[in-house]
Amino acid sequence: MPKTLYEKIWDAHVVDQRDDGTALIYIDRHLVHEVTSPQAFEGLRLTGRKVRRADLTLAVPDHNVPTTPRLDADGKPVPIADPDSAAQLAALARNAPEFGIRYIRATDREQGIVHVVGPEQGFTLPGTTLVCGDSHTAAHGALGALAFGIGTSEVEHVLATQTLLLKRSKSMEIRVEGELAPGVTPKDLILHIIGHIGAAGGNGHVIEYRGSVFENMSIEGRLTVSNMSIEAGARAGLIAPDEKTFAYLKDRPMAPKGADWEAATEYWRTLTTDEGAVFDASITIDAADVEPTVTWGTSPEDVVPIGGTVPDPMSFADPSKQAAAQKSLDYMKLTPGTKMTDVTVEHVFIGSCTNSRIEDLRAAADIVRGRTRASNVKSVLVVPGSGLVKYQAEREGLDRVFVDAGFEWREPGCSACLGMNPDKVPAGERCASTSNRNFVGRQGPGARTHLVSPAMAAAAAVTGRLTDIREL
Amino acid sequence: MKAISKVSGRAIPFGRKNVDTDIIIPARWLKTTTREGMGKGAFETVRREAGNVFDDPEYIGAPILIAGDNFGCGSSREHAAWALLDMGIMAVIAPGFSDIFSSNAFKNGILTIELRQSAIDRLMEVAAAAPIDIDLDSQSVTTPFQDRYEFQIDPFRKHCLMNGLDEVGMTMAQDDAIATYEERLTQEKPWQQPVMR
Repeated sequence: MPKTLYEKIWDAHVVDQRDDGTALIYIDRHLVHEVTSPQAFEGLRLTGRKVRRADLTLAVPDHNVPTTPRLDADGKPVPIADPDSAAQLAALARNAPEFGIRYIRATDREQGIVHVVGPEQGFTLPGTTLVCGDSHTAAHGALGALAFGIGTSEVEHVLATQTLLLKRSKSMEIRVEGELAPGVTPKDLILHIIGHIGAAGGNGHVIEYRGSVFENMSIEGRLTVSNMSIEAGARAGLIAPDEKTFAYLKDRPMAPKGADWEAATEYWRTLTTDEGAVFDASITIDAADVEPTVTWGTSPEDVVPIGGTVPDPMSFADPSKQAAAQKSLDYMKLTPGTKMTDVTVEHVFIGSCTNSRIEDLRAAADIVRGRTRASNVKSVLVVPGSGLVKYQAEREGLDRVFVDAGFEWREPGCSACLGMNPDKVPAGERCASTSNRNFVGRQGPGARTHLVSPAMAAAAAVTGRLTDIREL
Repeated sequence: MKAISKVSGRAIPFGRKNVDTDIIIPARWLKTTTREGMGKGAFETVRREAGNVFDDPEYIGAPILIAGDNFGCGSSREHAAWALLDMGIMAVIAPGFSDIFSSNAFKNGILTIELRQSAIDRLMEVAAAAPIDIDLDSQSVTTPFQDRYEFQIDPFRKHCLMNGLDEVGMTMAQDDAIATYEERLTQEKPWQQPVMR
């Protein structure tokens, strides 16, 4: 019986199959951050339970950490000003050693956003199951891991048992053949896909991205795509591991080495969907139809090509969508018919687990070189995804490019993607953001977000408005 | 988890579609190390709207929430479920839910009931005037006006909800099966673990 990649990984992780369809699934890797774990550790403490496999668990602070310098002139850690953020960070710093879990400190060079750190450290491996109390765990599917976000009760369940009780999802194939046109990036593609299937289009499914476009895409690009699977409702995305995946992982600190590496790659090569395997749903997209894409509303499905205009709410067939679109436009303070390239922005954010890897920073820097921040743009934050990305970017001189243009070069973390740290977009102001959610209030109460690629964000920073990078 | 078999009372006719968990509980309310007290921040941005249903005295303390499709999309924050519980919500009725929210709600003993849009439309009407009854055992939603809608629920979840079972404890009882799996994994894929080399 031919199997999909998802079925292969699922079947390899069944500890116990119940008659009612629920299965006990083994979890190979568990990433922990400070926001969704305190109540889970507290639960273990109250019941006297231990962490079953601390060696398969990695803790990193990322959501609350400020992106300003973390050490003072004397090399001492700078205290966190917000007492609630400080308490949450302190809880992780205390819980990890108490339960024997490896903990990367905010001041370590390896620190970063969990979804940047996992692949970068070789913690994420093809064919493994990987979870984290964060919906963007879907990102790790770019390496062929079955990776998905979980709630805090499930975090506690995994800590205690290294398993989860799950029902198998349905499978969806999204096939994109052809070639992306110049100026069209993986971010544009995933925004286009979400617009095509809708914010609920992937509910109940695991998406496998297939076709030449993904085969030719870099690992960084695949991480961007798989990361936003959740914005289409899919709990996980998957891309079959290939030579690019192996080249990316080889010699990473936690990846197998020597004979183990040979054995691992031999297994990983079997991780493809078999010829004739059947998906519950199949979507085909022509790469040629994808243009540089931006969002206009407050759901990631609210997308339009950069050459387009703000839509008229009445143009949607579904009455509930008409009402939602009107509410979104009121919040975004946009008028139907306005050209997207006439929309001006006061802020630009380049960062988040979607777009903060070295390739993203290079793409942004390529646009910025020789240009400066537009006068109407009040702030441009460039927040690398990890200390190692930051170090690499500095070796390449990218930090100078950004600083010379009047951008701020920051320390790694989740930052203005959700503003749990001091990085927020002020109420009523507009931001071109490389992050993943344009929800109401996401980047700060009253903040207006347009999701874009790193190159488009950089272009908006130097022109002061949403911009078609092909015309720059 | 407390056992739950029936939820009866007024229902908040919210009805909105694609309600993300940032709407249910904004990020600034997540900076806590406990599960309590999050009702204060629930639907904060919606509550800024004049005439919103959450501040309508008619629905204060209502145990049921009626919403549009894709309720609970976005962030995996279980704080969304905790915020609903803190508001006194014990059941949400919608045409569809995000997978992660639905699971988080279940772990906290909140029923997520999927009904087709036409049923939602009718219940929105009823909610304005009368209470609604949800019976988990018979898997039905009924109104004083003889409306009756049956819903589907995963049998395992139903069993856990009706008996108030502790899932972690149940799984820990399967320790032998987990240990056997781990032994096999170590033999078949020794390269995969331990992570810390």
